[in-house]
Amino acid sequence: MMKFERYELLAITIMISLFIFVGFIQGWSVSLVILNMCIISAIMTMGVNISWGYAGVINFGVMGFLAMGGLAAVLVSYPPITESWQVGGRGLGISFALLVVLVIAVMYINKTVIQKRNRYILNSLIIFFGILIIRHFYLNATHNIEDVNPAIAGFLGGLGLPIIFSWIVGGLFAAGVAFVIGKVALGLRSDYLAIVTLGISEIVVSVLKHEEWLSRGVKNVIGLKRPVPYEIDLQNADWFINLVTYLNSSKLNNIIDLSDRQQVLNNLIIDGSGIFVKLSYAILFLIVMLIIFYFANKAQLSPWGRMMRAIRDNETAANAMGKDVVKQHLIIFVIGAAIVGVAGAMLVTLDGLFTPSGYRPLRFTFIIWIMVIVGGSGNNLGAIFGGFVIWFSWIEAAPLTTFIINQLTVGLEPTNALKLHLLDSVPYFRYLFMGLILLLILRYRPKGIIPEKVRHS
Amino acid sequence: MIDFLNSIIVLLNFIIIPGISYGSQLALGALGVTFVYAILRFANFAHGEIMSFGAMITILFTWFFQSQNIGLGILPTALLALPIGIIATIILCIISDKFVFQYYRYQKSVPVVLAMVSIGVMFVINAIIRIIIGTETIKFSDGQKFIMKAKQFKVMTGLNEGLALKSSQVITILITILLLTFTFWFLQKTKTGKSMRAFSDNEDLALLSGINPDRVVFTTWIIVGVLACVAGTLYGLDKSYKPIIYLNLVLPIFASAIVGGIGSPFGAVVGGYVIAFSEIMVTYAYKKFFVYLLPSSIEPTGLVQLLSTDYKFAVSFSILVIVLLIRPSGIFKGKVL
Repeated sequence: MMKFERYELLAITIMISLFIFVGFIQGWSVSLVILNMCIISAIMTMGVNISWGYAGVINFGVMGFLAMGGLAAVLVSYPPITESWQVGGRGLGISFALLVVLVIAVMYINKTVIQKRNRYILNSLIIFFGILIIRHFYLNATHNIEDVNPAIAGFLGGLGLPIIFSWIVGGLFAAGVAFVIGKVALGLRSDYLAIVTLGISEIVVSVLKHEEWLSRGVKNVIGLKRPVPYEIDLQNADWFINLVTYLNSSKLNNIIDLSDRQQVLNNLIIDGSGIFVKLSYAILFLIVMLIIFYFANKAQLSPWGRMMRAIRDNETAANAMGKDVVKQHLIIFVIGAAIVGVAGAMLVTLDGLFTPSGYRPLRFTFIIWIMVIVGGSGNNLGAIFGGFVIWFSWIEAAPLTTFIINQLTVGLEPTNALKLHLLDSVPYFRYLFMGLILLLILRYRPKGIIPEKVRHS
Repeated sequence: MIDFLNSIIVLLNFIIIPGISYGSQLALGALGVTFVYAILRFANFAHGEIMSFGAMITILFTWFFQSQNIGLGILPTALLALPIGIIATIILCIISDKFVFQYYRYQKSVPVVLAMVSIGVMFVINAIIRIIIGTETIKFSDGQKFIMKAKQFKVMTGLNEGLALKSSQVITILITILLLTFTFWFLQKTKTGKSMRAFSDNEDLALLSGINPDRVVFTTWIIVGVLACVAGTLYGLDKSYKPIIYLNLVLPIFASAIVGGIGSPFGAVVGGYVIAFSEIMVTYAYKKFFVYLLPSSIEPTGLVQLLSTDYKFAVSFSILVIVLLIRPSGIFKGKVL
């Protein structure tokens, strides 16, 4: 059973009261929008925190794993486009089969040919000609697929299943990519690993951006089905209208005029349906977050978690104790990436659209890392707290900056060039805040706001 | 014979000249990253933003000079503003060291922490740039744009293919040669340069033999500032300045530094050209080249392109991964200046 320290309870209270505060000031709808993104951010942060905080494995590929999760959401929920499968399915099948053959051939050569030079020459020859052959089938197939009704389709579509399944599939996709990356790169020193994972995530995103047959590329996929009801359905549903009437009965009863009353009720229903949808998202996300939080904590307290800390704190010693450091690094890297992938699928579910060009490292890798560092690496509650606080300040930085600038330049005329320029660049101040928060935390509280608990057991 | 010459001109025009100028920009950037890595021992994620900052200051003063009608005739006015940009960049580097990096150096923090710190610095500089100059694309090259236009070349030689030579490319190449010569001379011949090499080789021994670490670090930041500002300005002059681009540029720069062998300046320069040429060569459509070279019966029908240009950045990283797999220490064994 986990016990909360006093400062942890304080942190939770602060988080909740922030949302209530925003709810009263800017409206509940705004508050819930921020809350939903905060929960998703918290899940991403937990994913990174598991690999970095538990085992010291750096993962700068957050953006790529998120994008893989997003792809899963598309591939699971979008209805299949049979025409595309007809024109290109066979070609893709053949090229995929050939690719498998190629990989097997390379593995076979690696096993049988001992001499290093021969191995390189044979491998590069086989890969070169193999790719030439595969390209022939592949380009034909993809070209055909992309020609199918390019304005609304032009890709393979998905399976047409409920999008909620994609959360698991997204985790699996990200885990698969992470496994390959881990196999290739995990032996590297931490700062090299950071750069390499950052680069590979960039490659993943550029593949999603340009392989239109798979993800529709820069044309984006829109209109993904929701796991929660649509506003318009709610507004016509009797039970929802009754619910809104019941909740606001005292307010409605005060209005005597019938048409006025209907008007107010209609407005309330429209507002209420938006809030209801966001609230259902929030509940779904919260369930996922709590499940992951529970298991992450459980794992951290288990012997396995202890071994991970041992590996993090002294790799050589852990190795000498007979722990397979390489294998454990790979495992934790994959698990962390899988959680990030789940968050990626949830992100696309929330937006209802998949925009590969929207994945930028500044927003989807570095901000997540700031969340981890600020929250406290090695502490799951800290990770959640970091996700909440940083996303909250990321959003609320703009109104706050506007307020501050207006206060500082109160003496200047409204047409003053400096004032106008500053007000124009309000959106960029959030980067300044993020940088300053990160620098201050690293300087004065390097273990994060809620640091890892030192366990003596 | 004419066909052969034509095909060579195609290569020169579309691969070699752009490759050399882009490679020079990467080499200068990678050299800066290498200096920080060899002396201060961390991967500086803020380097792209430092480059961008230098370019921004240069642009601001270019505008100022243009408004005062001060120019260099056929040369771009930016060259006149460049020294001011360099000074500003050096000041930025030294300020960021004094207020941020120095603390962690004294604490002897591990490299990863310093890399995180540099991400914080990156955010701050990024914000400052966006607040000052916005995110618009800015073209600030003036003066004579071309040294030789494609048409002129055609008339001059009577060939079918033209060879265009942009003045920004020539300036890039000349300045790079100048700067690289100076840097290597400085490292090899001067006392400060030697002390820097000693410091990067073995910090403790260098301290024991009386080398002042603060002085070494100070000199390093000066060199980094010069290199970053020049690289950033040249890139902006060649391609047009866009603040967002520099964050993406950090990745090929790191790739160059690592491919060449991180910590080795010579390796960084070579790595820059390797990355630039492979990016351009893998994504170039060779159809024209083969049309000239091959008899018309076996002319290629497709574009003869290995990868579409969309994968430019992916190429540099694939090379990075391949190099790390086959030769983890880079082409030239690094770690020492």
